[in-house]
Amino acid sequence: MGPLPELLAIDGIMIVVAAWFAIGLVGIAALHDFRLVGRVLFPLSAVLSIAISGLALYALPGAPQTAVLAIGLPDLPFHLRLDALSAFFLALLGLASAGISVFAGGYFRQGEGTPPGLLCLHYHLFLAAMAMVMLADDAYAFMVTWEVMALSSYFLVTTNHRIAEIRRAGFLYILVAHVGAIAILLCFGVLQANTGDYTFANMRAQSLSPFWASCAFLLALFGFGAKAGLLPLHVWLPEAHPAAPSPVSALMSGVMLKTAIYGLVRVNFDLLGSPLWWWGVVALVVGLATALFGVVFAAAQVDMKRLLAYSSIENIGLIVVGLGLAIVFAAYRMHSLAALALVASLYHCVNHALFKSLLFLGTGSVLHATQERNLGKLGGLMRYMPWVAWTSLVGVIASAGLPPSNGFVSEWLLLQGFLFTGELPNPYLRMLVPVFAAGVVLVAALAGYVMVKFFGVIFLGRPREEKLASAHDAGGLERLGLLWLTAGCVLLGLFPVAVIEVIDPITYALVGRGLAQSGRAGDWLLLAPVSAERASYSPLLFLVVIATVVLLAFVLVRRFYHGRVRRAAPWDCGFPMQTARMQDTAEGFGQPIRQIFEPFYLMKRELPSPFDAAPRYKVTVEDPLWGWVYLRIAAVTEALSRWVGMLQRGRISIYLLYSFLTLVTLLLFTQA
Amino acid sequence: MSPLTGQILNLFASVLLLIAFAMLAQRRIVTLINLFAIQGLALVGSTVTVAWATGQRHLYYSAGITLVLKVVILPFILHRLIRRLNVKWDIETLINIPTMMLVGIVLVVFAFNLALPISQFSQSIARGTLGIALACVLMSFLMMITRSKAVPQVIGFLAMENGLFFAATSATYGMPMVVELGIALDVLVGMIILGVFMFQIREQFDSLDIHHLEKLKED
Amino acid sequence: MNLEGFLAQLLAVAAALAGAPLLSGWVNQCRAWLQNRRAPPITMPFRTLHKLFWKESVIAHDASPIFRVTPYIVFGCMLLACLIIPTLSTNLPLAPAADAIALVGLFGVARLFISLAAMDIGTSFGTLGARREMLVGFLAEPAFLMVVFTASLISSSTSLATTVSTLGHREFAILPSLAFAGLAFTMVSLAENARVPVDNPATHLELTMIHEALILEYSGRHLALIEWAASLKLFAYSCAGFAIFFPWGIAEASDSVAFLWALPALAAKLAVGGFALALIETILAKMRIFRVPEFLATAFLLGVLAILVHLLLGA
Repeated sequence: MGPLPELLAIDGIMIVVAAWFAIGLVGIAALHDFRLVGRVLFPLSAVLSIAISGLALYALPGAPQTAVLAIGLPDLPFHLRLDALSAFFLALLGLASAGISVFAGGYFRQGEGTPPGLLCLHYHLFLAAMAMVMLADDAYAFMVTWEVMALSSYFLVTTNHRIAEIRRAGFLYILVAHVGAIAILLCFGVLQANTGDYTFANMRAQSLSPFWASCAFLLALFGFGAKAGLLPLHVWLPEAHPAAPSPVSALMSGVMLKTAIYGLVRVNFDLLGSPLWWWGVVALVVGLATALFGVVFAAAQVDMKRLLAYSSIENIGLIVVGLGLAIVFAAYRMHSLAALALVASLYHCVNHALFKSLLFLGTGSVLHATQERNLGKLGGLMRYMPWVAWTSLVGVIASAGLPPSNGFVSEWLLLQGFLFTGELPNPYLRMLVPVFAAGVVLVAALAGYVMVKFFGVIFLGRPREEKLASAHDAGGLERLGLLWLTAGCVLLGLFPVAVIEVIDPITYALVGRGLAQSGRAGDWLLLAPVSAERASYSPLLFLVVIATVVLLAFVLVRRFYHGRVRRAAPWDCGFPMQTARMQDTAEGFGQPIRQIFEPFYLMKRELPSPFDAAPRYKVTVEDPLWGWVYLRIAAVTEALSRWVGMLQRGRISIYLLYSFLTLVTLLLFTQA
Repeated sequence: MSPLTGQILNLFASVLLLIAFAMLAQRRIVTLINLFAIQGLALVGSTVTVAWATGQRHLYYSAGITLVLKVVILPFILHRLIRRLNVKWDIETLINIPTMMLVGIVLVVFAFNLALPISQFSQSIARGTLGIALACVLMSFLMMITRSKAVPQVIGFLAMENGLFFAATSATYGMPMVVELGIALDVLVGMIILGVFMFQIREQFDSLDIHHLEKLKED
Repeated sequence: MNLEGFLAQLLAVAAALAGAPLLSGWVNQCRAWLQNRRAPPITMPFRTLHKLFWKESVIAHDASPIFRVTPYIVFGCMLLACLIIPTLSTNLPLAPAADAIALVGLFGVARLFISLAAMDIGTSFGTLGARREMLVGFLAEPAFLMVVFTASLISSSTSLATTVSTLGHREFAILPSLAFAGLAFTMVSLAENARVPVDNPATHLELTMIHEALILEYSGRHLALIEWAASLKLFAYSCAGFAIFFPWGIAEASDSVAFLWALPALAAKLAVGGFALALIETILAKMRIFRVPEFLATAFLLGVLAILVHLLLGA
């Protein structure tokens, strides 16, 4: 034995992945032991998450590291590679999952479907698979881990498999995931360009003709879009997210959707050579349509987890818009601007991972405390659940994209990117892309509407049901998880320059430029992606000034006047019989949006007539794409299978005849 | 031509574009007619500007004809027509308005890029306006397509002619006087014929909805 | 941060805090004259504020801390907005903290909090007001951003100070894009400041309120802060409009003579703007709530057209 080889970051990450796997196996051993699984295994896993993000951040600026793992088929080992892009997404995985795992430790309770040990196994398999997807450096390893990820998350979604609706949601999810996986497989098939070598290194070396490159791009967009929930492949998302337990929803929405973004970035900017401009336009159109669709539907939802699921669709749309912009810039060799758009996109990935996990976990706590997912039966929870409410408020501000939160930073960067589209050489693009900017702005503003509805209806006002008064706040581990994610949102919002310095090596590797050297024009305090004269934003200064004014105003008012307060009943407009049920419901709050964006929805209204003794008003909002796309596909498939079904005759001699005819045909074929 | 004239022409072109969008979005028939009159006024303004800048006498005449015909007579006839026909109803559009706005924006970009090579040959200083003129024509066309009643379609037709006229003045400093007089006469006669036509439609079907014309085809 | 910049910033604070209520008073005065009423003195808003500060604050039973902290946050947001918009001089040390896009975000924060506070009391009026406010907001915000985009395409900067110095120094030219953007901005300002065609600031009928329904439950010092913040918002919007569309008279950095002229110039511009606002409020009628989306969609379209016209004609 020689001296011990130096331990690289990639080895460390593989050790963490193995440890996750081991935790899952221990969970199997302690199948029904809630105390062990909840109090020990999940917090331990959170520590591992922090370790993986630490390792990834440490490895991010360095040179790519590779490893070969001899598992799987003989002569077909796993090639692994840790470069800046993988490291970034691994860090994202670690940061988000640390909070989620701690929370999950306090969340899973007795008597909910799958036993805790099995849940622990699925959960950690899911984590390990996502980490391996980001490390994979050949199509084989990628597809195997991708499928493990899909399957383990399928089992997590169907945790409460005794409910038929949840089984249906799980089926839909696994179906779309597999259709997407086929497209990804085909994409890799195109990328290897008939060399038979499926390593990513080989794919990078190939230069495809524009036709085949476009095929690969479209397949990748379809395949990864199915995982990310791009229009029209989003249908599984609003079904699967509410069905899954909240920590799983958080992990799926916060992290798993980002693996699809990782795949898109990997294929477009790394494996495929120089992009064509119209790819970017396709991504822009699809992304904007997804974002607008997501946010408009989020505004109309009455189930709080469905609302968040649609909001995830919106955010994925915005991320893809950023990628599209980056592709357009990269196609015209405007590398600094491509870097700007790419940074905006990647920044939004981390932001969304943190704030959406936070909000999903918050809904989990509310769900446990009240057994209620319907917004119309919640309300006033701020008094009973202050921890959940205040942490959710941070998530809400971030999700609404308002300063000084992290959500605003990425939005700001994206809009700055759009402001440069006037320099594009193609006149059509130069004039049409600003219209996309208008769309993005509309989406961002609508997100604010959705978030006010979410927070206001759940946490503010008076409780709409009596049982809500007995709601209890989150437990210790849950609070820790919520606080971790809240802190992440706040820090990412306040120190954007530091974050961009972290992202910089990625854009260097992918588009050849970074933002940091021009961002240096300011200092750590001032974010100025191009130059300080052009645009600057300093969230810390922003926050400090507002806080100072608030404090000064508070102190001065007390000093010169007084601080007397009297509690009284609110103004009832002379109608004393007002009850808590008369507050706006979720339907009511979404009504203006439903009216304005009516063509988007498939709406069914049940209106009472003036003579009804027991008047009832009911409105349901459905996704028109379901009928337009999916039911048609289903009809075609059914027709085809009926046709195939004619082969089935039930007589053994006919089946033998089929085999015989096949044999003869094949023989003829070989002869020819 | 001084830069100021170019700027004023650009301003008129933008106003024309704005009015084209407003017409596309307008639901009220009376407002539609008023918008048409304002469009005519903007056209007069731009023609006078070009005439003043280039010193071409005949452009003043054509501005005068435009003023009389498109700002006074035609809106007057249209107003009378809708009073006589008693059609003050809101216009139904076949496509919803936001979609139409989006299509309109795409049309503007398309028209502008289409006109780009042509306007590069042009000597005129306000070359960008040719694209806008083309956009106005296309958008009026769109308006005719998406309206289901006869009167707005007629207004769309007239607005289309306005766009063509603007293209002629801004790009080539106007057509020869004879041609312009001929066109003006054509528009007037066309208007009268269409008016008669509309009365006929209404007598036949008790409505001005041109969907009824679909029944005229052979089965 | 040099001393001069610090002084300019302090002066901007003072101008905003004192000027904003005066502007509201001036608008009320003009409106009263135009409507043949006897006008209250221009300092009336100050007296009202003083009176409100002395009164005790009555808070609903169910109100949470969000309700109590919101007036301070809204006031802070509006004051920060007045600090980063070049009112008197472009030499503002705080200006780099937020550009025009962040300014829109800043108004968004204030809107979010005041809507949440309105939902916090748990009455139907509060939620109704919150819903309407967010409706106006989500339509006005994109339109405002389109205006910002137009200005920043022309001056190739989203920093307001740079925009002012670029636009203030160019040769006089008729820019149709800026004209469209100005129209859009006026419409957005009317909507955002709860002015007449969208909302009636003087209404006492709960069902027709937007802004008033939001603050129905506020009283005493909280109401005073909210009212002050509302006048600061009007001041900020006016100054932002002047900065983009009439940038003349705002002092450049290290130009002390111009600085002396800046205050009278601002006062004159505000006087004219306030009179125009009163005129608009007198001759227009309030529209139905579901006409508001059309009104603001028009502003949005105008903003988009402004960008298009700029890109098409280069003007």
